[in-house]
Amino acid sequence: MKYAAKRVLMLAVTMLIVSLFAFVAFDLISGDAASAMLGMEATEEALEALREELGLNRPLLVRYVDWLSGFVTGDLGVSYNYNLPVWELVAPKILVTLCLSLMSFLLIVAVSIPLGLASVRSTGALAGVQTAFNQLCMAVPPFFTGIILSWVFGIALKWFTPGDFPSLTQNFGGAMRHMFFAAVAIAIPRIAMTVRMLRSTIVSEMEKSYVRTAISRGNDRSAVLRRHVLKNALVPVVTFLAQTMAEIVAGSIVVEQVFGIAGLGRLLVASIANRDYPVVQTLVVLLALWVVLSGTIADLINLRLDPRLKLGGDV
Amino acid sequence: MKQRNWYLRAGLFLTVALALLVIVGCFWTPYDPAALMSGPKLQPPTLQHLMGTDKFGRDIFSRVLKGTWTTFSIALGTVAVGAVLGTVVGALTGYFGGLVDDALMRINDALTAFPSILLALVVISVVKPNSKFGIIAALGAVFIPSFARVSRTAFAALRDVNYIKSARLMGAGSGRILLVHILPNTMPVLLPAITIGFNNAVLAEASMSYLGIGVTPTNPSLGYMLSEAQGLFTAAPWYALCTGFVLVLLVFGVGLLGEGLQRRGGEVE
Repeated sequence: MKYAAKRVLMLAVTMLIVSLFAFVAFDLISGDAASAMLGMEATEEALEALREELGLNRPLLVRYVDWLSGFVTGDLGVSYNYNLPVWELVAPKILVTLCLSLMSFLLIVAVSIPLGLASVRSTGALAGVQTAFNQLCMAVPPFFTGIILSWVFGIALKWFTPGDFPSLTQNFGGAMRHMFFAAVAIAIPRIAMTVRMLRSTIVSEMEKSYVRTAISRGNDRSAVLRRHVLKNALVPVVTFLAQTMAEIVAGSIVVEQVFGIAGLGRLLVASIANRDYPVVQTLVVLLALWVVLSGTIADLINLRLDPRLKLGGDV
Repeated sequence: MKQRNWYLRAGLFLTVALALLVIVGCFWTPYDPAALMSGPKLQPPTLQHLMGTDKFGRDIFSRVLKGTWTTFSIALGTVAVGAVLGTVVGALTGYFGGLVDDALMRINDALTAFPSILLALVVISVVKPNSKFGIIAALGAVFIPSFARVSRTAFAALRDVNYIKSARLMGAGSGRILLVHILPNTMPVLLPAITIGFNNAVLAEASMSYLGIGVTPTNPSLGYMLSEAQGLFTAAPWYALCTGFVLVLLVFGVGLLGEGLQRRGGEVE
């Protein structure tokens, strides 16, 4: 339990650093929010009054703590661009991006683990072709796959309408269908990477003496692979999959744009373009939290898989 | 057993071929990439226009050549900045260790928790660079942590091996040990990391210009051209396909190169 507590503490510290970084960086560049909201012609009194109202004349650290507590209370400031509370703008989109990331994640796991196991068996020229194909899949940027997929399945086959993303609550099936192709676009390079990683992990595990012993005792090779090797190879794979979550989030920022999916990534890009810093600040922290959280979960899963980690402390 | 390293050869071939094409494109393109009506509008690929023309009648092949140069040069600059500064940070922290090492690695952990494209988007939107060099500096800064981590591990692993110890006994200074004795031996790790970093930089730049953040539209870049081509996919599928194909080829070539370097590194050990 001690290790788990330490890990959760580390999560909190990382998120504090991330949020402080986001807050200070955007506070420095966004300049005066009051004049941004009132425009050029505002009188000095009106500006002062608005600053007082928004609490902009307080010290930086006080404002930071206030903003951070907003993640609990839901008060994260007001968007410059839409004049809406940031939370109202962000909240409905969280579920969309969460669904999209989870869907890509499941795709990656479901496809890459069987493929990775199968790829261990091939040797020689076949293995070479596989490696080259793997590199090719890694080289295809998700937004390029996305452009092709959205044309083939959206415009030619009309399975969904690109750019017209149905609401998740009203048309769940339609939204899922729309998101599926985006998830495929995100998943392809990641699947290739996971297969490669799985292969090299298993191959190096197979060289260990316990495997030789098991096989020399007359056990079936594939049974050894399934029963012993896979279990031991799982720890680095779980860690790797958690890092994959970071890349999925990155992919979703771009791919949401390709498919016109109204999620956090699309909002982020629009807010960056509009210099809507209160929204950007919040989104950066939320996306980072999602990534750091999956890393923590992976470490906790690894703790169950390999209790030795409790003693060492470091993964 | 000496096996031919086909990955290295194929990767080198592809990368060198594309690099040559890009360098040629720097000085000479079949048409002026910005000139309107170099040919008929939205023409499919022909011998005159190898990749066809776009909706303004601009020659896509010329634009792809210029765009590849933009993407290529930004990625190269980014990796140079990231690799040099990252290796310096990693070398110092890995070799000397101590409190600075601990502190920097915690910050590094926090930074690598960010997906690099998110970090790049944030840094670009904070710094708002309006020139190519500004973008290289901003993106390069984003790539420092990952290089620092790789080189730190490599330098820390070699810190206490016997030949370094004996060099130290013979009175070699820290600078000499780091540069002459350790750095060359970290190459089997650093070179593949550089190829991976290059590919990440290409994808980061392409994604950002696809999103319209980064290079200005006057400077054609592969990502920006792809966003333009997406709207024209039904009318001119060759635009997106050719542009994307070149982008994939660039990343694929360097990827193979990295794979080959990694295998060669493995043989040395």
